[in-house]
Order: sequence, then C-alpha cells, then structure tokens
Amino acid sequence: MKNRLKVLRAERDWTQADLANALTVSRQTANAIEKGKFDPSLPLAFKIARLFNLTVEDIFIDEEKI
Amino acid sequence: MSNIGNNDGGCDQHRNVDILPLALWTLGWLASTVLLRYGTEYIWDYLPIYSIIALILHLLFGAAMIVVNIKYLSQLDELQRKITMDAMGITLGVGLIAGIAYEQLEDIKLIAFEPSISHLIMIMAITYVVSILIGNRKYK
Repeated sequence: MKNRLKVLRAERDWTQADLANALTVSRQTANAIEKGKFDPSLPLAFKIARLFNLTVEDIFIDEEKI
Repeated sequence: MSNIGNNDGGCDQHRNVDILPLALWTLGWLASTVLLRYGTEYIWDYLPIYSIIALILHLLFGAAMIVVNIKYLSQLDELQRKITMDAMGITLGVGLIAGIAYEQLEDIKLIAFEPSISHLIMIMAITYVVSILIGNRKYK
C-alpha cells in the first residue's frame, strides 16, 4: 500500500530512526512501511496518524480506489 | 528532532528486544540434553534415579525455553514477528514433510542406516535460519 510517510517525515525533518522511535518499532519496520513493502496493522496505522495529527486516509492511499 | 511522539503517551523510546534470556535458556536446554544423553552413559552408569532427575531437568529447561520464546516473540514489533512466524511456519512444514519422507527412506530400502532425529533437527535449524535471512532481506 502506498503512503505519504516519506514526505510527511521530510516535512518535519525527521529521520527514519526518529520515526521508528516515536512509533516504538524497529527502523527496519519503519523503512518497510515507508517503502510500501509492509502494511501496518490498524493500531499501528492509527498510531502513525496520531503522530502526524492526520487521519489514516490522509497518509495511506487505497490503491483499489484509484 | 527532539520530542516527537508526545501525542501518543510519550513513546519515543527505540524498540529494545532482549534476546539474551532466550539464548541463555536455549543453551541451558542444550546442556541438559547433553547431560541426559551422555551423563547416563559416562557419569552415573544408567542408574535410574539419576536418569529420571536428568530427564525432568531436561523437560523443565525445555518448558522454560518455550515460555521465554513466547515472551521474546511478544517483544518483537509486528514486522519482526511476521518474519519470525513465517520462518517458524516454513520450518514446521519442512520438518513435517522432510521428517516423514526421511523416515520412509529406510522402509523403502533407499538407505541402509536408521534415520536419526538429529538430521531432521539440523534440517529444521538450517531452514529456520535461511527463512529468517530471506524474510529480513525481503523487508530490507
């Protein structure tokens, strides 16, 4: 699933390690989610949304809708 | 960046998975296996009471290793857990398929020796390690 994590992270000048720390996941996991290789669970997706003060739909793109 | 994550209960600690307890209990279990196998033969000369104690010790170490492994899995984040569980699933499948096929080899006279469980354990260990490596590479 595509997402805007890289852009959102860059806007805040955060590294992947910063993001991983904030989400309490490994850097490997933060990287895999950002690259769209791994889809996070709903709780983690909501956690990401809360971190950026956005909704899940603002961050993750439902490719089937496109 | 200094303080991200404050809107989620201040969870800005990096995930810290402690593998040492699992490694130590696995070593303990291996040591108890060696004691059970070779202690019987070389230390207490098949005296049943010592063999029973060594067997109970071996089973207790095994049970502790399982509990510590479950705790270790709960410490992993969801991707790490997926990679580990996938590797465990593949290992179980390979172990079952290879184990049954290997056991048949002697019955159908394709090998002359009796199949040993240690060979199966080696196949399962190699399968697990390779599966973990492939999983990590896939999500790199």
